[in-house]
Amino acid sequence: MLVLLLLILPVLFVPILLLFSEKQSKNIALVAALTEMCVGFYAFYQYQINPTCACFNWNTIWIQNLNANFHLQLNGINSVLVLLTTLIVPFIIQSTFERDIKNIKAYLSLMLIMQTALVGVFLAQDALLFYIFWELALIPIYLICLVFGGENRQKITFKFFVYTLFGSLFMLLAIIYVWLHTENRSFDIHSFYKAGALLTAKEQLFVFIAFYLAFAIKIPIFPLHTWQPDTYVNAPTQGTMLLSGIMLKMGTYALIIWLIPVVPLGWQQASKYVIILSVISVVYGSLMALTQHNFKRMLAYSSIGHVGLIAAGIFTMNLQGVQGAMYQMLSHGINVVALFFVCDIITNRMKTDEMHKLGGIRNVSRVFSVLFLIILLGSVALPLTNGFVGEFLLLHGLFQYNTVVVVFAGLTVIFGALYMLRAYQHIMHGDTNALTESFGVITVNEKILLACFAGLIIFFGLFPNLILDGSENQIKQIIDHVHEVTAMVVKK
Amino acid sequence: MQQFVYLIPLFPLLSFIVIALFGKSLSKSITTFLAPSSILASFIVAVLIFINQLSNNHAVIVPVFSWIHVGDFRADFSFLVDSLSILFTLVITGVGFLIHVYSTGYMHDEKDYNRYFSYLNLFVFFMLLLVLGDNFLLMFVGWEGVGLCSYLLIGFWFKNINYADAAKKAFVMNRIGDLGFILGIILLFGVFGSINYHQVFAQIGTVVIDGKLITWITVLLFIGAMGKSAQIPLFTWLPDAMAGPTPVSALIHAATMVTAGIYMVARCSVLFSLSEFTMQFIAIIGIATALLAATIALFQNDIKKVLAYSTVSQLGLIFCALGCGAFSAGVFHVVTHAFFKALLFLGAGSVIHGMSGDQDIRNMGGLKKKMPVTFITFLIGTIAIAGIPPFAGFFSKDQMLAEIFEHSKVLFVLALLVSLMTAFYMFRLFFLTFVGEFRGNDIVKNHVHESPKSMTIPLMILSGLSVVAGFIGFPHALGHQLGIHHWLDHFLSSSVKVAEGKMELNTEMLLMAATVVLILIMIFLARFFFVSKKQIPKSDDAPMSLGKEIVYHKYYIDEIYEAIIVKPLNRVSVLMYQFIEKSGIDGLVNLIGTSIVNWSQLLRLTQTGSLGFYVIAMVISIVALILITVIKI
Repeated sequence: MLVLLLLILPVLFVPILLLFSEKQSKNIALVAALTEMCVGFYAFYQYQINPTCACFNWNTIWIQNLNANFHLQLNGINSVLVLLTTLIVPFIIQSTFERDIKNIKAYLSLMLIMQTALVGVFLAQDALLFYIFWELALIPIYLICLVFGGENRQKITFKFFVYTLFGSLFMLLAIIYVWLHTENRSFDIHSFYKAGALLTAKEQLFVFIAFYLAFAIKIPIFPLHTWQPDTYVNAPTQGTMLLSGIMLKMGTYALIIWLIPVVPLGWQQASKYVIILSVISVVYGSLMALTQHNFKRMLAYSSIGHVGLIAAGIFTMNLQGVQGAMYQMLSHGINVVALFFVCDIITNRMKTDEMHKLGGIRNVSRVFSVLFLIILLGSVALPLTNGFVGEFLLLHGLFQYNTVVVVFAGLTVIFGALYMLRAYQHIMHGDTNALTESFGVITVNEKILLACFAGLIIFFGLFPNLILDGSENQIKQIIDHVHEVTAMVVKK
Repeated sequence: MQQFVYLIPLFPLLSFIVIALFGKSLSKSITTFLAPSSILASFIVAVLIFINQLSNNHAVIVPVFSWIHVGDFRADFSFLVDSLSILFTLVITGVGFLIHVYSTGYMHDEKDYNRYFSYLNLFVFFMLLLVLGDNFLLMFVGWEGVGLCSYLLIGFWFKNINYADAAKKAFVMNRIGDLGFILGIILLFGVFGSINYHQVFAQIGTVVIDGKLITWITVLLFIGAMGKSAQIPLFTWLPDAMAGPTPVSALIHAATMVTAGIYMVARCSVLFSLSEFTMQFIAIIGIATALLAATIALFQNDIKKVLAYSTVSQLGLIFCALGCGAFSAGVFHVVTHAFFKALLFLGAGSVIHGMSGDQDIRNMGGLKKKMPVTFITFLIGTIAIAGIPPFAGFFSKDQMLAEIFEHSKVLFVLALLVSLMTAFYMFRLFFLTFVGEFRGNDIVKNHVHESPKSMTIPLMILSGLSVVAGFIGFPHALGHQLGIHHWLDHFLSSSVKVAEGKMELNTEMLLMAATVVLILIMIFLARFFFVSKKQIPKSDDAPMSLGKEIVYHKYYIDEIYEAIIVKPLNRVSVLMYQFIEKSGIDGLVNLIGTSIVNWSQLLRLTQTGSLGFYVIAMVISIVALILITVIKI
């Protein structure tokens, strides 16, 4: 029952929200998100103490002819992502406070629908259900970007939509292909694991590529990333937050659950190349971030670098790498949303996010500058921030895979500091100019949000075991499964 | 007592939190009390633990909480108390306390008084974490943490964009080293299966380990030290770091943070001494840095810059000694250097205070009358660093030189050369500042005054330490009859590899005497040039010989880095953005998109709506299909 509640709670609030006035709707949405957050926390906590509880499993027949089940289950891996989703959405909703947005009720409703779809993607244990939620998540975000976005929104959103849809089609093909090879035509994830492992190496490679296309576009990984910067820049702040904070984790999560264990031999053959592509993402994204003058675009490129490292860690299929990826998904979600909120605060006041036009804001708003710095350091992965734990484990995992690759991936340590501090320098340091003089102090609401972000960054930097312990067992199982299958082939 | 070690970093942390959270509403007087007294409390605990350690010199591990566990990888927050860590703790909290007190005077008129002290407290916390942690990752936490504080404090006056730039440069350069450090830790875990000091070091000698891997680990770790301790090629950030307030230069960029690399090498002395290659590498990098920085220091005219290059040079000298296996001698020099270099920097701060902010020694001169305390204490510091007995620097430098001599005669000659240059440029600085006539303008002249008590008392204490600290490492040649020689070596021997001196007493005596005589000659030379002949360094525009110009401009190393690294990196990323990202990949994606649209436009033309056309098309298609099938069969 609990998982079902987790899934539908946000949507249940949508009709209630629509009943209220525009002014009230923000509060209702926040209440919805906070309720969901409490349920999320409770579920996460319960899972830690009693993982076998029946409340974490919901399985009913859905489409009998296809043998598809409506099967949701909370487990060690997706509980982290559900935690991330339920934790971040209240922040995203609260960031609309004190901002004038037209059609706010529709905007907030879309966000809540989006949350349901995201939770669904993470909880689904049935491939068809997973696919449905995967596509369902695209609709609200498409509308959010299209209706509420910036100047060029139509063209850019169209590109984003078509690009991701293109990838999804390959995923659908792959799902159908594996489904046809399951024992009793089942979409169940375990049947998929069984069936996938029995495919020939060549078949597995093709299935791998088809899945990879869908996930790599979503994440995005070089060279399939060019929709991302434009979309992030043009989407409304909350849209960017949803995309970068949670939605891209659909891709990285799917790599762990729906790609590698389904076709272990495909992974074995392709891992070298996909890791190289991921590491290229890291270096390339960082280099691109170095040249940007626009703060939001710089954040977009830096995100390509960060998620590239996550993907690389997953493809190593060793415990440190995948656990690091798990942790970095959570950390990146928090940090990137916080950074886009910082960007929103600046753009809202200054009406620009061109960095060379800014400067000296640290003179005007001290609290803002401190909190911004802490958030930035989380992204730079300073020890005792959440970013460090993930980055260290990821580098550790990559190192076990290959010692040369890790040196390139490690450049993120240097480049990250370089572009982030450069941005901080341009925006915050120096003397104020005519524009930034008027920056003023930040509001209480903004202060609370930023302080919560900063608190989370330090909290998760100090106590990573709270998260890592929960996911370790299941990740071990997946890794063992993958290595068993690949080892069996070697024996044959 | 040892189990209370967590209190040592806790006090500065609490003080930091209080000042940071209530910074705005906190009055200056509360901060003035809170910030230094938190360090004093730590110092007292450290002293108590130290006394305990004297009678029972065992390593004690005090766990605090578990941090990162993944599989068999474990990194916990736990502290290690042994002779090496407690020695560094004493120096950090002791000198740190004095500099906090000094800062209450020096920064008195600063608007951001509280912000300054919160950073300073945070720095001490991280530095203590660095030396007290019982594993490599915790050392790395402190390592990066002090880097952050250094960034914050160099850029303390961030309104000045040059200062902010210097801060950024320091952080990024340190990060380059840190990448090496972190890869070193990961490789170390791969080889030893643990990152705890005792578990790693216990395996050495019992388990056979590939020498190549040890070399890689130690070189990678040393790359970290190059960044933090400002060695070639990552040293250029340290002179720029002088943009920060002077007490910061004293504490962070002279006495404590920059010695982190030395602490690390000393901590891993067992590991480093396994790799012949790394040891040679460290010695060469060290001596090269020492020489380079010493030559630059000869011609600098900014009082803080001279001291900064002197710090780089001294650190290089210490690394040279470490590379020769003289680990405890290196640590000894770190301790004495902390005292006299902090003293010199604080003295310089006092001078700058008196000079209304001017740092150019060409505008100084004759300050001894107006600033008697600063004058005397600065003189003591200068003598100590030059290495005249019985001042502290003499003993530690002598021990290093003696052990370098045993290892390699060439390195010894170069190290001696560095010492001679040190004596020369330090006395040049001293004479130009305090002796002769005042060369500045009248407004400044009338304003010159001795600094307040809060500043002069720390100077006096530090100068006292600069005189007596050498006795903890009394040389064999002088003290063997008294039975007090090499106390420090004995104390450290439980945690650091100590070199066995095989040198004959006569040789040692001879070396000592020769060094002292040569140094005295250098001092008289400096006196001859800058007091008797009253030479004043020329202004920047005056023509210089080519050689001198190159040295004066610090061998153009900053410019070279700019030309071969910074600019190409920027240019490459701009070009990549334009040609690969925009025209290349995105262009291709858009091309696919538009070509689909175009093709479908073309295809649309067939949808004419004319029935006749459709019928013809159908007939042709059917015929074509039949033909294909027939031919195939």
